[in-house]
Amino acid sequence: MSYWTTAMRIVAKDLLSEARTREMTNAVLFFALLVLVLFSFSFQPASDEERRLASGVLWIAFLFAGVGVLDRSFWRERVNECLDALRLTPASASALFVGKCVANALFLLLAEVILVPLFLVFFDLSFRGDVRAWLLVLVLGTWALVVNGTFFAAMTTNVRSRELLLPLLLLPVSVPALVAVVEATAAALLGEGAMRVWIQVLIAFDVIYTTLALLLFETVVEGT
Amino acid sequence: MRSERALPRWWFGLVGITAVALILGVLHALWFAPTERTMGTVQRIFYYHVSSAWTAFVAFFINFLACAAYLKARHPKWDAVAVSAAEVGVVFGTVNLITGPIWAKPVWGIWWTWDARLTSTLVMWLLYVSYLLLRQFAAEQPSQRVWAAAFGIFAFVDVPIVYLSIRLWRTQHPGPVIAGGEQSGIDPRMFLALHVCFLAFLLLFVVLFYWRYRLERQRAELAELRARLHRLHLERSA
Repeated sequence: MSYWTTAMRIVAKDLLSEARTREMTNAVLFFALLVLVLFSFSFQPASDEERRLASGVLWIAFLFAGVGVLDRSFWRERVNECLDALRLTPASASALFVGKCVANALFLLLAEVILVPLFLVFFDLSFRGDVRAWLLVLVLGTWALVVNGTFFAAMTTNVRSRELLLPLLLLPVSVPALVAVVEATAAALLGEGAMRVWIQVLIAFDVIYTTLALLLFETVVEGT
Repeated sequence: MRSERALPRWWFGLVGITAVALILGVLHALWFAPTERTMGTVQRIFYYHVSSAWTAFVAFFINFLACAAYLKARHPKWDAVAVSAAEVGVVFGTVNLITGPIWAKPVWGIWWTWDARLTSTLVMWLLYVSYLLLRQFAAEQPSQRVWAAAFGIFAFVDVPIVYLSIRLWRTQHPGPVIAGGEQSGIDPRMFLALHVCFLAFLLLFVVLFYWRYRLERQRAELAELRARLHRLHLERSA
């Protein structure tokens, strides 16, 4: 089986098991929705400066959703020693990693697609800038969170306080990506400011960390 | 009585030299260096502030090299080097982050600004605190050293990207005017004071680092002995 077929099988497996249980999507989506609702109690953007803040709120909601998605990613493989079974198959570790990443990115994108319209309604906002370029930002930013997050989730699955440790590792490493997505989203909402440079930062971040994660993933799951 | 596990003689010699260097550093910083014209006496914290930043950078660079070496060679000594460098580096980073605002408040009028250098230093410090937390959380895991080494590499790679992105961010929103950074021309006595302080801090780093390194190696040895004892015990009772 080719590399991509293997990776896509992993994606299909994760999507199927999620479609049957819906143990993650419902909870994560509801949690992110609560974040948006609570923030909209605390402020309603009236000026451009406050609209700029709103883009940060949106990404905080995505970040929480992302941590929820990533946390479940390898945890669900614990039942019946699924992760060991997956490692015993001839599939390469990096194909497993790519499959997990794509599945996580799809889950998170699904949540984001539902959350964005609600965000626009709650905060009374609309996109004044380039929406198509912003969709690119959304995909690149989601991948930035997911690629590092999947890597760290694989490491922290067996750790006692994994729910706490995962964001502790993911958040500081994601700082450049978060600055980029928040700024690009503000530019898209306000219709002013540069998005291009932030897309470039995101591409650089994604390329560097995807490479690094692919190189080190096998080492990390093999352990010792 | 000196056991062979005690710290080596050269280390005690180095402690003496470090003490002298630190005293010289204080004298230079507070006495020999001239008072800066616009900033006044408060500028003297600069010698400690910059020295601690440079030392922290050296420490994190050592951590990165040791992480890479551990992933390649899998010898526990590289892991011990990495954790010792990160821990002492975080201490120097903390000194840097505390002395910074003390200098900034009287000079800039604010404690903190999100400028490129400050922000990236803070994020770098956060990254290495995360590294230490990972080690603490995963302490009982068989693969914790590999994980820590992988995260050490992720963290080090992040530092230049953070710097770049914060610089882009700050050029988009001009921050408060940064008055009176170091000018290009620095008085030779100030230059000397800075380098004496930096040397003293580097020596202090080596002293603390080696001490911590020995501790880590001894901990590993103790764990190994305990495991052996446990195995023996099981064999006896079987």
